[in-house]
Amino acid sequence: MTIELQPHIDPKLIPILEKVHDPEIPVLGILDMGVVRSAIMKDNVAQIKITPTYSGCPAMDVIGDDIVSAFAEENITAKVQLVLSPAWTTDWITPNGRKALEEYGVAAPLGEEADKAVLLEGKRIVKCTNCGSTNTKMISQFGSTACKALFQCEDCLEPFDYFKCLK
Amino acid sequence: MKNENLVQYIYGIADNALILGQRLSELCGHGPSLETDIAGTNMALDLLGQTRSYYQYVASLVGEGKTEDDIAFLRTERQYKNVLLVEQPNRHFGYVIARQFLFDVFHLLLLQELQRSEDETLAAIAKKGIKEVSYHRRFSSDWIKRLGDGTEESHQKVQEAINDLWRFTDELFHMTENDMIVADEGVGIDVKQLREDYYRIVKEVLEEATLTVPEIKYFQKGGKQGIHGEHMGYLLSDLQYMQRTYPNMKW
Repeated sequence: MTIELQPHIDPKLIPILEKVHDPEIPVLGILDMGVVRSAIMKDNVAQIKITPTYSGCPAMDVIGDDIVSAFAEENITAKVQLVLSPAWTTDWITPNGRKALEEYGVAAPLGEEADKAVLLEGKRIVKCTNCGSTNTKMISQFGSTACKALFQCEDCLEPFDYFKCLK
Repeated sequence: MKNENLVQYIYGIADNALILGQRLSELCGHGPSLETDIAGTNMALDLLGQTRSYYQYVASLVGEGKTEDDIAFLRTERQYKNVLLVEQPNRHFGYVIARQFLFDVFHLLLLQELQRSEDETLAAIAKKGIKEVSYHRRFSSDWIKRLGDGTEESHQKVQEAINDLWRFTDELFHMTENDMIVADEGVGIDVKQLREDYYRIVKEVLEEATLTVPEIKYFQKGGKQGIHGEHMGYLLSDLQYMQRTYPNMKW
């Protein structure tokens, strides 16, 4: 099995894929999330490979259906396949995606070491998405979805989600 | 190794995730605090997600139009090959954490080996699962320490839970005849090799939590052969209710 770390996406299909968003974080397009691993036209059928963020991510089924509908609107048949390897990492979220997350109120993942310091040692380096203060603390290791942890800002008191680093 | 050997082997791994996922799902809305409630259901979601990957693979191996739902919902009790540990009922929060911890330590060791399986699909599922299960183990280990080194009552309750569940730990390292066939092909894992690391890690955490490591000589077994305890039937009647009552229903 060849491991492809770089997604293989036909540029012509990008405008259609750009219309599909994560149903749980609607500001985030699936391309910016890095879950589309391959998108090519073959025998007039769009062959799309997506990878889940977490094994049980309930958004994957919806994303698959949304891809099929987005292509159907352009009169193209799409086939969606779920691939598990290589496993998704938060590094695949694009800079654009990180910006969208922050604007939506979800703190973007830090690096692996910083993430450990935050989640295990209670280091205060996650920036509050409301006021920008780093005087924040973790409230819960698990948040509203599998990919997030719950934080609170000690300055403006705003609770917010932090997108956990997954390597 | 025949297809049926591989299918049975996958049940032995996947059914643990399904049944523990079901137990954790029962806690939804009943956790002692919002954070622990969300944590329990998040871990359930990870486990059920892993289960789906395994069962989808089994469905593709079996063919005959079988789906992951048939495998999850339409088997009889004896056809489930989960270990006894994961089917134990929730009782109280300390018990849930103890069961989770005793399983998480094993689960992570297993997946770390399984990611090197000769079977590409199993290796991929394991690699994905490692990221999730590491987080589970961190969560349950933290709570073992917090409860063990907490109040007199939390210490006593979690100690009793560990004492009660200890008799189910030995089964984790049993090899069935089928397991040996699949391990010989480099596809399955020889779980006997994980025993030493398992008890070492468990002991380290228990000691840090000021808990006593139980010393018992008599262990329970049977889950891997499909011989389950009295709780399993009730669990399955909940799990299978919809498919049994409205056959072939879909969301």
